[in-house]
Amino acid sequence: MSRESALVTTDWVTENLKNPKVVFVEVDEDTTLYEQGHIEGAITFHWRDDLQDGLVRDLVSKEKFEALLSKNGIANDTTVVLYGGNNNWFATYAYWYFKIYGHQDVRLIDGGRKLWELKALPLVKEVPARAATRYVAKERDNTIRAFRDEVIAAIGTLNIVDVRSPAEFSGELAAPAHLPQEGGQIKGHIPTAKNIPWSKAANEDGTFKDEAELKSIYEGAGVDLAKDTIAYCRIGERSAFSWFVLHELLGVNNVKNYDGSWTEYGSLVGVPVAVGA
Amino acid sequence: MKTCGATPGGPSLDGIDLTKQSVIQGVILRDGDADGVPNGAPVANAHIRLLDSQGEFTAEVPTNSDGQFRFFAAPGAWTLVVLAPGVRKELSVIAATGVPADLLIQI
Repeated sequence: MSRESALVTTDWVTENLKNPKVVFVEVDEDTTLYEQGHIEGAITFHWRDDLQDGLVRDLVSKEKFEALLSKNGIANDTTVVLYGGNNNWFATYAYWYFKIYGHQDVRLIDGGRKLWELKALPLVKEVPARAATRYVAKERDNTIRAFRDEVIAAIGTLNIVDVRSPAEFSGELAAPAHLPQEGGQIKGHIPTAKNIPWSKAANEDGTFKDEAELKSIYEGAGVDLAKDTIAYCRIGERSAFSWFVLHELLGVNNVKNYDGSWTEYGSLVGVPVAVGA
Repeated sequence: MKTCGATPGGPSLDGIDLTKQSVIQGVILRDGDADGVPNGAPVANAHIRLLDSQGEFTAEVPTNSDGQFRFFAAPGAWTLVVLAPGVRKELSVIAATGVPADLLIQI
């Protein structure tokens, strides 16, 4: 993977608004944003209602994912272009999700909804009608997804990257600062994890930094990219962003997103926890 | 003060347990009369970044349709960066548990 195959610019979007091979999909944390206005022709996926199982804490089944894409007129050869608010957090999560189910051509708008808004580019309210397809997903690719037991086994052995803010890493905050500070789980981080906040990889306008800068952020923090890496945050969205940086932009293949993340790890009985910087 | 219907300051604090939260919130308004007074239209979809005392990014929110935003921070010194088309503004703020920092910001 590379920047050229994984990212598109806002100019590219403007040139491809009518391209029948392209489907734009908005995925937001604040799910009211799409109704307020979205890129012309874009559909939206709800990060919880569409992408979470709802009964079990897990991704939706292959069959449900196929039904979601079919209903929304996405075919196996569609170029899916994702974007969203909050620096593409949930859009990169959706990107990772599309890769889990083996979609061939999925990309992200560099800068996401924020850059689109800061450039004062047009947003519309019209919801497009798309003809249904028969989408066939692949079996889940768990080479990019970490589960709790391998995370515990990775302590002191593999790279563990905590991409939350320093205040969450140290145990000062339990959640990102735009959310109420609640949660039954304890505060802190997985021992031996390096704190490399996802935001280090992004410019202020939401675009990604260039590859040389991105590499130096990880290597400068003491991450040996030759070793396997597990990224985590609170619920797996911000770590999908960092997974995207490592796996898709820097082409580091042995990187997994731990989507159980701190809400799972911080609730496990008896596992080691570290606090402080 | 004219505020085009927006309540000065951030969103309603009803239902928020201020004994446990250190709230930083506010409203972004245009300088309506070009007189240096924030009495113009609220700025929806501005992006507010919260940086910690080391200048490290901590969180970001867009303003709502009334130009308002809110963070749940920890007590201490923080920096806000306001981004809107063609605008970048930085300001310092102190958060404390129990007393929300409620700001009126003009761009």
